[in-house]
Parts: sequence; C-alpha cells; structure tokens
Amino acid sequence: MPRLSPMVTALPHCRRERISIVGIEVRKPGLCWTLASASAKRARMTSVPAPAANSFRNQPDERGHFGQFGGRYVAETLMPLILELEREYTRAKADPSFAAEFDDLLEHYVGRPSPLYFAPRLTEELGGAQVWFKRDELNHTGAHKINNCVGQILLAIRMGKTRIIAETGAGQHGVATATVCARFGLPCVIYMGAKDVERQAPNVFRMKLLGAEVIPVKSGACTLKDAMNDALRDWVANVHDTFYIIGTAAGPHPYPELVRDFQSVIGKEARAQLLARTGRLPDLLVAAIGGGSNAIGLFHPFLDDPSVKMLGVEAAGHGLDKEHAASLAGGRPGILHGNKTYLLQDEDGQITEAHSISAGLDYPGIGPEHSWLKDIGRVDYTSVTDVEALEAFQLLCRTEGIIPALEPSHAIAAVRKVAPTMAKDQIILANLCGRGDKDIFTVADALGVEL
Amino acid sequence: MSRLTTAFTKGHPALVTFVTAGDPHPGATPAILDALVAGGADVIELGMPFTDPMADGPAIQAANLRALAAHTTTADIFRIAADFRTRHDVPLVLMGYANPMVSRGAEWFAAECAKAGVDGVICVDIPPEEDSELGPALRAAGVALIRLATPTSDAARLPAILDGSSGFLYYVSVAGITGKQQAAQASIEAAVALLKGATSLPIAVGFGVRTPEQAAKIAQVADGVVVGSALVEIVAEYGENAPDAVRELTQALADAVHSARDKAPA
Repeated sequence: MPRLSPMVTALPHCRRERISIVGIEVRKPGLCWTLASASAKRARMTSVPAPAANSFRNQPDERGHFGQFGGRYVAETLMPLILELEREYTRAKADPSFAAEFDDLLEHYVGRPSPLYFAPRLTEELGGAQVWFKRDELNHTGAHKINNCVGQILLAIRMGKTRIIAETGAGQHGVATATVCARFGLPCVIYMGAKDVERQAPNVFRMKLLGAEVIPVKSGACTLKDAMNDALRDWVANVHDTFYIIGTAAGPHPYPELVRDFQSVIGKEARAQLLARTGRLPDLLVAAIGGGSNAIGLFHPFLDDPSVKMLGVEAAGHGLDKEHAASLAGGRPGILHGNKTYLLQDEDGQITEAHSISAGLDYPGIGPEHSWLKDIGRVDYTSVTDVEALEAFQLLCRTEGIIPALEPSHAIAAVRKVAPTMAKDQIILANLCGRGDKDIFTVADALGVEL
Repeated sequence: MSRLTTAFTKGHPALVTFVTAGDPHPGATPAILDALVAGGADVIELGMPFTDPMADGPAIQAANLRALAAHTTTADIFRIAADFRTRHDVPLVLMGYANPMVSRGAEWFAAECAKAGVDGVICVDIPPEEDSELGPALRAAGVALIRLATPTSDAARLPAILDGSSGFLYYVSVAGITGKQQAAQASIEAAVALLKGATSLPIAVGFGVRTPEQAAKIAQVADGVVVGSALVEIVAEYGENAPDAVRELTQALADAVHSARDKAPA
C-alpha cells in the first residue's frame, strides 16, 4: 500500500522566507530548520486554548451529529468506507507525522501563513469599526479551498486509495483538487455541471492543464448539486480504490469535521496574528457561506471566546423573496448529500434550485455545523443580494487595490453594512477567502461591460 | 400472514418489480401498476420521485425527473397507493430517498403508509446508524422497513443491517447505481449464501437484472429477483401507452422466475 514516507520529517528544510513569530516579521535568509521545529513553531503560533467540557468546539458527537444535524445519510454501499474513513482520520489526528506533513505542505506549497491585513481606506470610507482581512486569497490556487485538499489527499494516501474524485461548482475546488492530485501523482476526475463548464471555461482549462479529467454533468439542473450527485454515483461504483475529496464542510460524517479541522488553520492563524498585532481579539468575525468551509475555518477557533461575535453571510441572490441560495434564511432542516442540515426545499422535501451570482455559493444546502450554530444562537447569519455583493466587489477594488472573488464580496457587503454601526476602536475580521480573477467575466457581464 | 410474507411463500421465487410513481404523469401510474399485476409481479416497488436520486443510474434518474416535471406530489403517491389497494392484494413497497419521506416527520409518513395499505418502505439513504426515527415509526404503524445489503456489507456489518429489518432483505448485487452493470452469478450465489446464514428473511436480489434469462438464474438461489430499470425504460419509450409492453416483459420475467427451480439443475 503506498504510504507517504514519514522520513520526510527528518529532512532539514530551508526557510528563506520571512519568519513570523508573534506577528513580528524577521528576515532570516538561509536559516535551516527541520520540519519538526517548523511545525512546533507553527503550533506555538497558532495555539488556541483546548476546548473545555462545555465548549462549542466539541462537536460533532461520536456519531457525527451536531445537535440534530450532520450524520451519515448515505447508501449502504458507502457505509463501510465512511466508517473506515472515520477510523483513519482518528488515527491521522493522533499521528504527529500527519500534522507535520500537512503543516509543511501548507507552509511551503500553499504559502501559509496567509497575511492578516488592516484595510485603512475601506475602514475610513465606512467610518466605523476597523476592518481587517485574513488574506486567504493569496494562497496557491487563489482561495482557501487548497487547505482542505492538502489534508484530504494525505488521508487518501494513508488509506491506500489510488484514484481521486471531486465535485466542483465554480471550479475553485476542482482546481485545488487537480492541483494536489498533480502534486502527488494521482489520477483525478472532476464532476462539474454542464452549465458551469460553459460558464467557467478558464477553470476547466486549468484543471485539464493540471492533468484532471473534467466530466460535464448533464443530469438535473446541470450545476453543483448535480455534480455532487454524479460524484456520489462514481464513488459508490468505485469504493474499492477511490477517495472522494469533498470541497466543503458538508456531506456525511466525518467530512464536515475533517474539512473544518483542515480549514481551521485560517482561524488559528488569524487569532494569533491579531493578538500579536493588537493585543486583543476581534469584536466581530465575518465570512461568506455557501457550504460554509471558509466560515467554519475562521469561526471555529474563536467559538469559545465569548467576546467575539460572528456573522455568516449567505447569498440572497435576486432577493430572499425570489431566487436565492440562503439555506438558513429560506430553508428548513432536511436530508441531502449525506447529512441533515438546512436545505432549500418545497413542502414535499424536493430540493429547489439555488441562485447566486457567485457560483461558489450557488448550493441549496449548508454545512451541518452552521445549522447547529444558527439554532443554538452562537453565530448570527445574514444574507446579501447579488447587487450588494457586486457593489462590495467594486468597493474593495477601489479602496484597497484588492480584487476579491464574488464569494467574499458577500462578506464585504455585510461588513459595509455593519462597520458604520460600530465604534472606531472595535475590530472586524473578515475572511477574504478567494481572489476575483476567475470572476471578472461574470462581473463585467453584470455591469454591462463587454470584454 | 402479511401480504409480503405471503408473496415469498408461494412455493416459487418471487418477481419484484419497480416503477417510478408519476412517470410519465400521476394519472398514468395506476394502469402501469395494473399491468405489473396482470403480468404476474409478486411484489411491486413504487419509486417515490426525488430531485436528487444519487443512487440511481440514468434510466431511473430520468424517470424521477419526468415524474417531478409532471408535478407528482407525495399526496399523489399515497392516492395511487390507496387506490391500488382497493383493486389488488399484491404487496406494495415505497422506495425512495430520505428527504421526501421525513419531510413532514417520520410518524406522519408511517401513518400515511399504513392508511394507504403500503406494506413496506425502502429508504436508500438512511443506514441503520441514522435510523432512530423512520424505522421505529414504520414498525409502530405495522409497515415493514426493508433494508439493503450490498457487496460491501461484510459479515461484521450484517447484524446492524438486519436489526430492525423486516419484510425481506434487498441484496444490491453490484457496488454501483441502478441499471448499469450486472453482477457475476458466482458472486450473487456467494452473497446469498452469506445472507441466508445470517437471517431467515427472504432475500431479493436486484440492480442490473434486465432479462428473463438473468432473472431465472438468480431465482435459482434467491427468494426474489428485482427488476427496475428495464421496466422504467419501457415507460420512457411508450409513456401513457406503456401498460401493454410492461405487462409483456413482466409476464416473461414472471414465467422465468416462477419456474426457475422447476428444471433440473444444469
């Protein structure tokens, strides 16, 4: 069975880049570190107090439930594999070499830690709380998605799987998956709705360049939900050798947990970085939510900090009374794609089509942990429309020289509403989870500009 | 004796047939069900259409979409079932996905099943680990919960699957989706032997069974044979005019299955 060699942890690695210890950047060109010491330092840098018994960070339970949400609602054929994945993930969590390899790839391949950036002109323009951004759009492949893909492919290799499949909507998760497959030399099949294949031609080409096979899905509405259905159909027929890299913190247990854990690097870093820079925690966290992996990655390490409020931002599309993708605002609990969670559905339990200008938020469900956090009231959820997101997109371009993806543009739109209502000494930390290069055609089209 | 038990104690293997409710429209389903009965089906599975049938192959996916495009509702399905029960004694099993079943609550669904004369329910995406509501509600209402065993269900897992199962055990003979590949006879025989050692429930084998010849071979070892996609494809081709062709194929399948053990083994 092919396994990643643990010997890599013994190799000396050179760090020529900046070394950021408690926020002070020190240039140490040529200084050599062993991986073990690099990862020990990362652990120091990102340390979050261990969860207490009544912690919000102890979910899910041993059966994969976040309150009434989550679970393992899959066909019987997949159950043995799901259970094996859970066992292997438990073993991986206890294995220091797994963490070391994950940390090493995040640092040297993905480019972590991503910067924490104070946005002075946006703050001034909004005239209220200080706005800070976690710059996950600077990661390799341009979004937070790669954090999770690195973790999952290491798990796949541990399990001896030799073929990778994934679903993708806008193509960001597909590109990130194709990237790690190329990095580790595993064949990769990406399911993508036929409509999305048309809408996202550059990402389709990227995936192909990276060696992936892209299969246009022509069932249902030909979008993300249908791509996920076809990925599940592939998986059920190829369980013996195939690992399914799910792109968001949803799906059957243990996916919501492990995707959250891999994405929590965002919040761990941000917490340590902000403490180092300002000596305090943020007053408000803001993140966009489709399935919710960037949001849970930012929120989770702060859940037990009672002074930190959190705001998840769903896509209200054309408006909550029209077509939208806000499962929490406009849906109710149901079962789809392996988990129980809030879903857009009719009274018979038929899933309704989502709409958002952002293909990455265009999904009728949401990760189960968000459903739980909403119901217990730990996190507030709101939504912004396509139009508001487009305005926020342009606002960030103009004030900070950063072209955001349409997904975090939803978070920025929410920041734009809430910052003016807060005091100038308060801090908003928003996740800039992806860059906007992929979206310029959509935005140009929406603004009536011909390219 | 329940209708399902009767169906598996007729002295010959049972033919279990599947069609999707509301395909091509709700008004067409009763005549298709009548054709299945006339052709000699011993058990009828009536598929509940769902927007996201992720365990189904192209034929049944398309049937789901046709039914939903014709605005088939849960209420239509129970109306079809209740009317069927006034005409026939053949056991009727609803098969589908969790969300439409639990949308108004498992107890509501179980009560409606009982009221409509539905004998059993097969839910594709509620494994035993998540069955704290639907199974108990169905059992309390006197409706069988029929579970699925698959090529990935090893001996260690079978007790969990069998706990709370009733009616019959549905052996999904291929790791995959409906209507695509077919399993090798030897692997079916080995699986049925394993299952027989673990339960006294009748074993029905399905997925990828299309022809009378295949069905007859499986019926030599299994208590029942399930045919779905081949019938659904006839409905796709003939629409409202499907009943004659459905009856013809059902008849051929029933003859083959019912007589499978009459011949001396080759």
